[in-house]
Amino acid sequence: MTTLTQAVRSSSTAGEKPARAKRVRLESRRALPAFYWMVWPAVIAFALFHTLPVLVGIFFSFTNYAGYGEWNFVGFSNYVNLFRDDRVLAAYGFSFLFAIVATILTNVISLAIALGLHAKIKARNFWRGVYFVPYVLSILVIGYVFQFFFSNSLPKILSGIPLFADNILTSPDWAWTAIVVLAVWQACAFAIIIYLSGLQTIPAELYEAASLDGASAWRQFRSITFPLIGAFFTINVVLSLKGYLQVFDQIVALTNGGPGTSTESVTLLIFRGGFSGGEFAYQTANAVIFFIVITVVSLFQFRVLQRREADF
Amino acid sequence: MTTATTTLAQAEEALPDVPRRRRARSDDDDTRRVNWWATALIAVCSLTILIPLYLAVVVSLKTPDQLASGTGFEWPNPVNWANFPEAWERTNFPQALMNTALITVGSVVFTLLTSSIVAYALARNIHRPFFKGVFFYLLAALFIPFPIIMLPLVKQTAILGLDNQAGMIVLYTIYGLSLNVFIYTAYIRSIPIELEEAARVDGASTWRVFWQVIFPLLAPMNATVGILTCVWAWNDFIMPLVVLSDPAARTLPLAQYVFQGQFNTDYTVAFASYLMAMAPLLIVYVFSQRWVISGVTRGSIK
Repeated sequence: MTTLTQAVRSSSTAGEKPARAKRVRLESRRALPAFYWMVWPAVIAFALFHTLPVLVGIFFSFTNYAGYGEWNFVGFSNYVNLFRDDRVLAAYGFSFLFAIVATILTNVISLAIALGLHAKIKARNFWRGVYFVPYVLSILVIGYVFQFFFSNSLPKILSGIPLFADNILTSPDWAWTAIVVLAVWQACAFAIIIYLSGLQTIPAELYEAASLDGASAWRQFRSITFPLIGAFFTINVVLSLKGYLQVFDQIVALTNGGPGTSTESVTLLIFRGGFSGGEFAYQTANAVIFFIVITVVSLFQFRVLQRREADF
Repeated sequence: MTTATTTLAQAEEALPDVPRRRRARSDDDDTRRVNWWATALIAVCSLTILIPLYLAVVVSLKTPDQLASGTGFEWPNPVNWANFPEAWERTNFPQALMNTALITVGSVVFTLLTSSIVAYALARNIHRPFFKGVFFYLLAALFIPFPIIMLPLVKQTAILGLDNQAGMIVLYTIYGLSLNVFIYTAYIRSIPIELEEAARVDGASTWRVFWQVIFPLLAPMNATVGILTCVWAWNDFIMPLVVLSDPAARTLPLAQYVFQGQFNTDYTVAFASYLMAMAPLLIVYVFSQRWVISGVTRGSIK
């Protein structure tokens, strides 16, 4: 008995030895268990509430599900139909037109204001505080204020100009410009802060050297400032365009997609068609395409813009 | 008393802001002359920010007759305060405020706790395949636009019984994870690991190291993440719009949306309601302005 246990024990230790050595090595490569406990709950929750809906959406985009009742697989027909749907194409056209114009305006205006706020001005911190105010306001709520301005105040103030006198929000051709105004008004706050933090990274000696060499202010901006805040420019342009392509709150507040469907963005179309139009599967397919479009556009911008950033 | 104040004022003039502004180095070493042209331009342009806010205030103080007679910008005479109690009743303001406050506070608290823990585990183990994989998994989600999740999410939250305030807190916490983990990890990796090793030698567990060594050091990033989450959860419109099903769970932006649909010509009461919806965050911002801006700047550079 004794010998047997001893034999078993010795054999088991003998057998365990290489295994244990392996485990020790593995353990050094593995993290402490506590680190896994820190990550797993979040990963599971994220998969459940973010990845799962994405996958469910992709799954239903191949069916004819209306949001209720029965459904069948329809293959790629939702996707094919999207490209033939005028309303969808118009929504993409509007979203891109709006996003490109708003991105350009946001970046030009916020860069100009950031330069002003970076210059030595009186009460600089106060002005910085003022320009950041729109960031803490709800777009929907401030949008209603703008809606009143465009539909009630502006027609009375500019009663001499036909376009404004008739309420610009009811003009199918020009209502989108009002949405641009609201969106840019709100988005500049954050863009200004990013540009300001970029401007603060530029050493002042560069400007001193440049002014000794007699470079004009414009030349200094072109040759020093703009190249050196390249990374911040890239971030701002990519974030703006990505955010503007998904425009929603601004439109709901100002025109609600109208007049007609002339200011209907992709997000608004997905929301309307998906929830009240019985187009659950169809609009999910639209969302999948939208995701691909946004990703491609963002990555393309990063490639193009990063190539012209200055390294230092 | 008078002499004391004068000397104090003189002393302050003699030492322009040196101790007060020491933190922002690049701003203070600035020996340039005051640029009055830039000051004037900045002041004029700031009117574009202030005028809409002014409009919101004056319209909310008018009677419908006063509003109809002008462009909306005139100062009301006499001032009519009655719009506020009416808006308070019609939008069920206390309830919407409570819902929004509850969702915002809950989201901020849970976000700070969970995002920092996840980021800590990832930052300290980023060379290990599993953690690196998780990091990029979360990061990739930044590219996914909300509309793609929107439709299935509504079904899912309804099935799980999360189409309420608690569900909103869960969703904000989870959806913020991608960006927050990104912000935190960069910062945690700059914290020297020796600090932790010292605590470990004294016998502290990983959790204890996190709570007693790392979390207090994260204060500046906690401020950044807290501010971003707070503004997002308070003002968000689309997520409560699609997820919340019970009218009693309505948040402030949602209350304005419903209100606008029902009484869309009653501008004076509506504006009082808008003002009450914007005021809480605006007041907090006015008092913590510099702190908020520096917090957001810190997040955007990382």
